[in-house]
Amino acid sequence: MKGIYVVYRKELYRFFASPIFYVVAFIFLALVGYFFYSSVAYYSLLSFQAGRTPFLSEQLNLTDMVLEPFFGSISVVLLLMVPLITMRLFAEEKKTGTVEFLFTYPISDRGTVLGKFTAGVSVLALLLAATLPAMFLLEAFTNPPWPTIMGGYLGLLLTCSAFVSLGLFASSLTQNQIIAAALAFGALLLLWIIGWAETLVGPTLGSFLKYLSLLTHFDNFARGILDSRDVFFYLLFTLFFLFSTLRILESRHWRG
Amino acid sequence: MIEVDNLTKLYGSLVALRQVSFRVDQGEIVGFLGPNGAGKTTALRILTCFMPPTSGTARVAGLDCQQHSLEVRGKIGYLPENVPLYLDMTTRRFLSFAAAAKGVSRSRSGQEIERVMEVCTITSVAERLIGHLSKGYRQRIGIAQALLNDPAILILDEPTIGLDPSQIVEIRSLIKQLGAERTIILSSHIIPEVSQICQRILIINNGQIVATDTPANLTAQLQRNLQVYLEVEGPRAEVVQKLEAVTGVLEVKPTDGESSYLIETSRGEDLRPELARTVVESGWQLRALTLQDMSLEEIFMQLVTDEEAGKEQK
Repeated sequence: MKGIYVVYRKELYRFFASPIFYVVAFIFLALVGYFFYSSVAYYSLLSFQAGRTPFLSEQLNLTDMVLEPFFGSISVVLLLMVPLITMRLFAEEKKTGTVEFLFTYPISDRGTVLGKFTAGVSVLALLLAATLPAMFLLEAFTNPPWPTIMGGYLGLLLTCSAFVSLGLFASSLTQNQIIAAALAFGALLLLWIIGWAETLVGPTLGSFLKYLSLLTHFDNFARGILDSRDVFFYLLFTLFFLFSTLRILESRHWRG
Repeated sequence: MIEVDNLTKLYGSLVALRQVSFRVDQGEIVGFLGPNGAGKTTALRILTCFMPPTSGTARVAGLDCQQHSLEVRGKIGYLPENVPLYLDMTTRRFLSFAAAAKGVSRSRSGQEIERVMEVCTITSVAERLIGHLSKGYRQRIGIAQALLNDPAILILDEPTIGLDPSQIVEIRSLIKQLGAERTIILSSHIIPEVSQICQRILIINNGQIVATDTPANLTAQLQRNLQVYLEVEGPRAEVVQKLEAVTGVLEVKPTDGESSYLIETSRGEDLRPELARTVVESGWQLRALTLQDMSLEEIFMQLVTDEEAGKEQK
């Protein structure tokens, strides 16, 4: 574990030194802001109309109309953006040769992987924190269900860690950043929607695919349902890819 | 200090090193000399634990590079070939990362960074982005990071490549100075450099060590014969015949020039007076007569080409 903090600090510094982060942050926040605005605007429009029809007003609630789509859209934007954040992590070091420092300084491979992983997650956590003002804005007009919001953010954080671990893995496979990003994006997208095939295959495989799908597990969080199975799934997913990344790094010891 | 036994490294079917063994004692400055692609970098990378050998062992300070990787890495300061650096970091920031990675305590870190920057004369670019610096500065930043935490062993892969002549002189004297209390291995394909800095030379070619000795011994050992360069005006065939008759002369080779010859003589005798007398007595004009010393370059070429010729015969 030696070296986590050293690598973490270096990666964090390099994230903020590189323009990629600022571009990604700008696009992310612009998109999220747009989604938030449109769902809130739609909600207020419906509320206005529902004032006249009591039946409709019973159907309306903030969680379904604003929070769930909000978290859902953030997760999709993350799906697009995380590969861009993680593609650099190993691919660039391999390309430029700086990986030689990481492998010849007295820091362990595990430290390197975890340092890079935690730095990636920290950067995304910062992006998520930057969307919090939207929630405070809701507080100004209505009484938002804070436990649901907290559940949603926990889900997003877990999603980020799962995405980053997969992105890190993709980056460890290649020297080319574009390939790393494409691999990560393809894998994430597939795992996101793999549950859709549920109806096409048999019930056994179907429920397995549904379990494998990142979307299934995220939906619960977005609705404010906190299920330990979902938390467990994300943690397992993250651990699996961190472990695989470590194995890839260690493969230099036996590959020709 | 460094013990390498029967080291073999294959890249797929390509043999980078075959059965290489050598020792380096504490306080020695050893030079790895060889043409490009000879296996210098591979050998150094195995010693720094960057990659494992296919077979054989490498031990640093009694510790196996593979089993005690982290301990070994802690004892070595390494300058990789081509000096990869984080171009988006400032010099000081990079060195502080390197210092932390090498386990320099935070309280000592600032002082240690100042020290290595002074030694490598890069204090003036401490706050500049590495990406904006010239090759010479980058090279010195690479050396500076290797010096952090005062490692007992320095492994420098082509430390002077890409530097201008005055910087080369600076770096060479720096290495000599550092070698006073450290064990240093450096690789190079520049022969004068190695013969100036190093106490011992390992000549490596095609993945094998073809010679190892001090620069002086290597020169002496390989100068089996002395060569005399002679320019004389006279009929060629007759000149050759007469000169070959002189005792001690092994061979007379006419060279491309109109009237010049290279004469191989057995070692330990200076035959110049004899040769001069023969020429003058024959009534020819003597234009030039010089003893040719075999330079390390020629020895190197001879070793490397001998090896290749030997292989072709097989």
